[in-house]
Amino acid sequence: MPNAHDVLFRTLADPTRRALFERLCREGEKTVAALTARARVSQPAVSKHLGLLKQAGLVRDRHEGRQTHYSAQLGALAPLIDWTSRMTGFWQGRFDQLEDLLKRIDQ
Amino acid sequence: MTNTATEALCVVVERDIPFPPEKIWRALTQPHLIEEWLMKNDFNPVVGHRFNLRGDWGAVDCQVTAVEPNKALSYTWAALGLESVVTWTLTSTSTGTRLRMEHSGFRPDQQQAYQGAKYGWQKFFAALERVVAGLS
Repeated sequence: MPNAHDVLFRTLADPTRRALFERLCREGEKTVAALTARARVSQPAVSKHLGLLKQAGLVRDRHEGRQTHYSAQLGALAPLIDWTSRMTGFWQGRFDQLEDLLKRIDQ
Repeated sequence: MTNTATEALCVVVERDIPFPPEKIWRALTQPHLIEEWLMKNDFNPVVGHRFNLRGDWGAVDCQVTAVEPNKALSYTWAALGLESVVTWTLTSTSTGTRLRMEHSGFRPDQQQAYQGAKYGWQKFFAALERVVAGLS
Protein backbone atom coordinates (compact mmCIF):
# COMPACT_ATOMS: atom_id res chain seq x y z
CA MET A 1 0.00 0.00 0.00
CA PRO A 2 1.48 3.34 -0.99
CA ASN A 3 2.27 5.65 1.90
CA ALA A 4 0.97 9.17 2.32
CA HIS A 5 4.11 10.71 0.84
CA ASP A 6 3.83 8.68 -2.36
CA VAL A 7 0.26 9.70 -2.94
CA LEU A 8 0.83 13.34 -2.11
CA PHE A 9 3.86 13.74 -4.35
CA ARG A 10 2.31 11.84 -7.24
CA THR A 11 -0.85 13.85 -6.99
CA LEU A 12 0.91 17.20 -6.97
CA ALA A 13 3.35 16.20 -9.71
CA ASP A 14 0.62 16.83 -12.29
CA PRO A 15 0.44 20.51 -13.34
CA THR A 16 -3.32 20.51 -13.94
CA ARG A 17 -4.03 19.10 -10.50
CA ARG A 18 -1.56 21.49 -8.94
CA ALA A 19 -3.30 24.37 -10.67
CA LEU A 20 -6.72 23.26 -9.41
CA PHE A 21 -5.40 22.82 -5.89
CA GLU A 22 -3.64 26.17 -5.96
CA ARG A 23 -6.81 27.88 -7.08
CA LEU A 24 -8.81 26.30 -4.26
CA CYS A 25 -6.12 27.44 -1.80
CA ARG A 26 -6.19 30.95 -3.15
CA GLU A 27 -9.85 31.49 -3.84
CA GLY A 28 -11.61 29.19 -1.41
CA GLU A 29 -14.45 26.78 -2.11
CA LYS A 30 -15.53 26.31 -5.74
CA THR A 31 -17.95 24.17 -7.72
CA VAL A 32 -16.76 21.82 -10.46
CA ALA A 33 -18.42 24.10 -13.02
CA ALA A 34 -16.60 27.18 -11.73
CA LEU A 35 -13.29 25.31 -11.76
CA THR A 36 -13.90 24.03 -15.29
CA ALA A 37 -14.75 27.50 -16.60
CA ARG A 38 -11.19 28.63 -16.06
CA ALA A 39 -9.35 25.35 -16.58
CA ARG A 40 -8.04 24.38 -19.98
CA VAL A 41 -9.48 20.89 -19.78
CA SER A 42 -12.99 19.41 -19.99
CA GLN A 43 -15.34 19.01 -17.03
CA PRO A 44 -14.89 15.19 -16.89
CA ALA A 45 -11.14 15.77 -16.77
CA VAL A 46 -11.53 18.33 -13.98
CA SER A 47 -13.76 15.91 -12.06
CA LYS A 48 -11.20 13.14 -12.45
CA HIS A 49 -8.40 15.39 -11.17
CA LEU A 50 -10.57 16.49 -8.24
CA GLY A 51 -11.22 12.83 -7.43
CA LEU A 52 -7.49 12.17 -7.23
CA LEU A 53 -6.94 15.29 -5.12
CA LYS A 54 -9.66 14.03 -2.81
CA GLN A 55 -8.05 10.59 -2.54
CA ALA A 56 -4.82 12.29 -1.53
CA GLY A 57 -6.68 14.22 1.14
CA LEU A 58 -5.88 17.53 -0.53
CA VAL A 59 -9.49 18.54 -1.13
CA ARG A 60 -12.85 17.86 0.47
CA ASP A 61 -16.18 17.79 -1.36
CA ARG A 62 -19.56 18.98 -0.18
CA HIS A 63 -22.79 18.25 -2.01
CA GLU A 64 -25.45 20.92 -2.22
CA GLY A 65 -28.39 20.20 -4.49
CA ARG A 66 -26.97 19.13 -7.83
CA GLN A 67 -23.69 20.92 -7.26
CA THR A 68 -20.53 19.57 -5.69
CA HIS A 69 -18.34 22.14 -3.96
CA TYR A 70 -14.64 21.50 -3.43
CA SER A 71 -12.34 23.10 -0.88
CA ALA A 72 -8.60 22.74 -0.21
CA GLN A 73 -7.40 20.82 2.85
CA LEU A 74 -4.22 22.60 3.82
CA GLY A 75 -3.32 20.16 6.59
CA ALA A 76 -2.63 17.54 3.91
CA LEU A 77 0.53 19.45 2.99
CA ALA A 78 2.17 18.58 6.29
CA PRO A 79 4.07 15.54 4.87
CA LEU A 80 5.91 17.90 2.51
CA ILE A 81 7.35 19.61 5.55
CA ASP A 82 8.12 16.26 7.20
CA TRP A 83 10.05 15.21 4.09
CA THR A 84 12.27 18.28 4.40
CA SER A 85 13.18 17.69 8.00
CA ARG A 86 13.85 14.00 7.40
CA MET A 87 16.05 14.63 4.36
CA THR A 88 17.87 17.51 6.04
CA GLY A 89 18.78 15.21 8.93
CA PHE A 90 19.84 12.48 6.50
CA TRP A 91 22.14 14.74 4.44
CA GLN A 92 23.64 16.51 7.47
CA GLY A 93 24.66 13.09 8.77
CA ARG A 94 26.12 12.08 5.40
CA PHE A 95 28.10 15.31 5.19
CA ASP A 96 29.60 14.50 8.61
CA GLN A 97 30.62 11.06 7.35
CA LEU A 98 31.99 12.55 4.13
CA GLU A 99 34.15 14.97 6.10
CA ASP A 100 35.44 12.13 8.29
CA LEU A 101 36.29 10.14 5.19
CA LEU A 102 38.14 13.08 3.59
CA LYS A 103 40.29 13.40 6.70
CA ARG A 104 41.14 9.70 6.49
CA ILE A 105 42.00 9.33 2.81
CA ASP A 106 45.31 10.56 1.44
CA GLN A 107 45.59 13.34 -1.08
CA MET B 1 7.87 29.47 11.14
CA THR B 2 10.85 29.83 8.83
CA ASN B 3 9.97 27.05 6.39
CA THR B 4 8.60 28.21 3.09
CA ALA B 5 6.86 25.84 0.73
CA THR B 6 9.85 26.06 -1.56
CA GLU B 7 12.11 24.81 1.18
CA ALA B 8 9.59 22.12 1.97
CA LEU B 9 10.45 20.43 -1.33
CA CYS B 10 14.09 21.31 -1.49
CA VAL B 11 16.84 20.47 0.96
CA VAL B 12 20.12 22.34 0.68
CA VAL B 13 23.21 21.51 2.69
CA GLU B 14 26.26 23.69 2.15
CA ARG B 15 29.61 23.45 3.91
CA ASP B 16 33.10 24.82 3.62
CA ILE B 17 35.44 21.88 3.59
CA PRO B 18 39.23 22.29 4.04
CA PHE B 19 40.13 20.07 1.08
CA PRO B 20 40.51 20.82 -2.63
CA PRO B 21 37.63 20.05 -5.05
CA GLU B 22 39.64 17.24 -6.68
CA LYS B 23 39.75 15.28 -3.45
CA ILE B 24 36.07 15.79 -2.69
CA TRP B 25 35.24 14.82 -6.28
CA ARG B 26 36.89 11.44 -5.69
CA ALA B 27 34.76 10.85 -2.61
CA LEU B 28 31.64 11.78 -4.57
CA THR B 29 32.36 9.61 -7.60
CA GLN B 30 34.40 6.51 -6.65
CA PRO B 31 32.10 3.63 -5.60
CA HIS B 32 34.28 2.33 -2.76
CA LEU B 33 34.55 5.85 -1.33
CA ILE B 34 30.84 6.63 -1.83
CA GLU B 35 30.07 3.49 0.16
CA GLU B 36 32.07 4.86 3.10
CA TRP B 37 29.93 7.94 3.59
CA LEU B 38 26.68 7.36 1.72
CA MET B 39 25.61 3.83 0.76
CA LYS B 40 26.67 0.72 -1.15
CA ASN B 41 26.45 1.48 -4.86
CA ASP B 42 27.40 0.75 -8.45
CA PHE B 43 28.02 4.36 -9.37
CA ASN B 44 29.86 5.43 -12.50
CA PRO B 45 30.31 9.13 -13.35
CA VAL B 46 28.86 8.86 -16.85
CA VAL B 47 25.74 10.72 -17.95
CA GLY B 48 22.90 8.25 -18.44
CA HIS B 49 24.41 5.60 -16.15
CA ARG B 50 21.79 3.96 -13.96
CA PHE B 51 22.78 2.86 -10.49
CA ASN B 52 21.39 1.87 -7.10
CA LEU B 53 22.22 3.07 -3.66
CA ARG B 54 21.53 0.30 -1.19
CA GLY B 55 20.84 0.89 2.48
CA ASP B 56 19.53 -1.34 5.26
CA TRP B 57 16.05 0.02 4.66
CA GLY B 58 15.96 -0.47 0.88
CA ALA B 59 17.33 0.81 -2.39
CA VAL B 60 17.36 4.13 -4.16
CA ASP B 61 17.14 4.05 -7.97
CA CYS B 62 19.36 6.67 -9.55
CA GLN B 63 20.53 7.89 -12.93
CA VAL B 64 23.40 10.26 -13.62
CA THR B 65 22.21 13.41 -15.39
CA ALA B 66 25.22 15.73 -15.29
CA VAL B 67 28.96 15.31 -14.78
CA GLU B 68 31.39 18.21 -14.77
CA PRO B 69 34.58 16.86 -13.15
CA ASN B 70 35.58 18.63 -9.93
CA LYS B 71 32.70 21.08 -10.35
CA ALA B 72 29.23 19.58 -10.57
CA LEU B 73 27.43 16.27 -10.37
CA SER B 74 23.76 15.53 -10.64
CA TYR B 75 21.65 12.39 -10.42
CA THR B 76 18.03 11.47 -10.09
CA TRP B 77 16.97 9.84 -6.85
CA ALA B 78 13.84 7.70 -6.77
CA ALA B 79 12.85 6.27 -3.41
CA LEU B 80 9.61 5.70 -1.53
CA GLY B 81 7.64 6.71 -4.58
CA LEU B 82 9.27 10.10 -4.82
CA GLU B 83 11.14 11.21 -7.88
CA SER B 84 13.76 13.73 -6.93
CA VAL B 85 17.13 15.01 -7.98
CA VAL B 86 20.40 15.46 -6.11
CA THR B 87 22.86 18.06 -7.36
CA TRP B 88 26.36 18.58 -6.02
CA THR B 89 28.28 21.77 -6.68
CA LEU B 90 31.95 22.24 -5.79
CA THR B 91 33.38 25.73 -5.69
CA SER B 92 37.06 26.28 -5.03
CA THR B 93 37.77 28.71 -2.17
CA SER B 94 40.94 30.12 -0.59
CA THR B 95 40.65 27.56 2.22
CA GLY B 96 39.42 24.56 0.25
CA THR B 97 36.01 23.97 -1.23
CA ARG B 98 32.49 25.12 -0.72
CA LEU B 99 30.41 21.98 -1.17
CA ARG B 100 26.74 22.41 -1.88
CA MET B 101 24.14 19.64 -2.08
CA GLU B 102 20.66 20.35 -3.28
CA HIS B 103 18.00 17.65 -3.09
CA SER B 104 14.72 18.71 -4.63
CA GLY B 105 11.54 16.74 -4.56
CA PHE B 106 10.59 17.00 -8.18
CA ARG B 107 12.51 16.33 -11.34
CA PRO B 108 14.05 19.36 -13.03
CA ASP B 109 12.78 18.12 -16.39
CA GLN B 110 9.26 18.36 -15.02
CA GLN B 111 9.94 21.85 -13.77
CA GLN B 112 11.43 22.78 -17.11
CA ALA B 113 8.49 21.37 -19.02
CA TYR B 114 6.09 23.32 -16.88
CA GLN B 115 7.96 26.58 -16.78
CA GLY B 116 5.95 27.92 -19.67
CA ALA B 117 2.70 26.74 -18.14
CA LYS B 118 0.50 29.23 -16.41
CA TYR B 119 0.70 27.38 -13.15
CA GLY B 120 4.35 26.41 -12.93
CA TRP B 121 5.94 25.17 -9.78
CA GLN B 122 7.40 28.55 -8.93
CA LYS B 123 4.06 30.21 -8.95
CA PHE B 124 2.58 27.31 -7.06
CA PHE B 125 5.27 27.56 -4.38
CA ALA B 126 4.88 31.29 -4.12
CA ALA B 127 1.17 30.83 -3.53
CA LEU B 128 1.71 28.06 -1.02
CA GLU B 129 4.23 29.95 1.06
CA ARG B 130 1.43 31.80 2.75
CA VAL B 131 -0.55 28.61 3.10
CA VAL B 132 2.22 26.54 4.67
CA ALA B 133 3.18 29.40 6.95
CA GLY B 134 -0.25 29.07 8.49
CA LEU B 135 -0.01 25.34 9.17
CA SER B 136 1.64 25.38 12.56
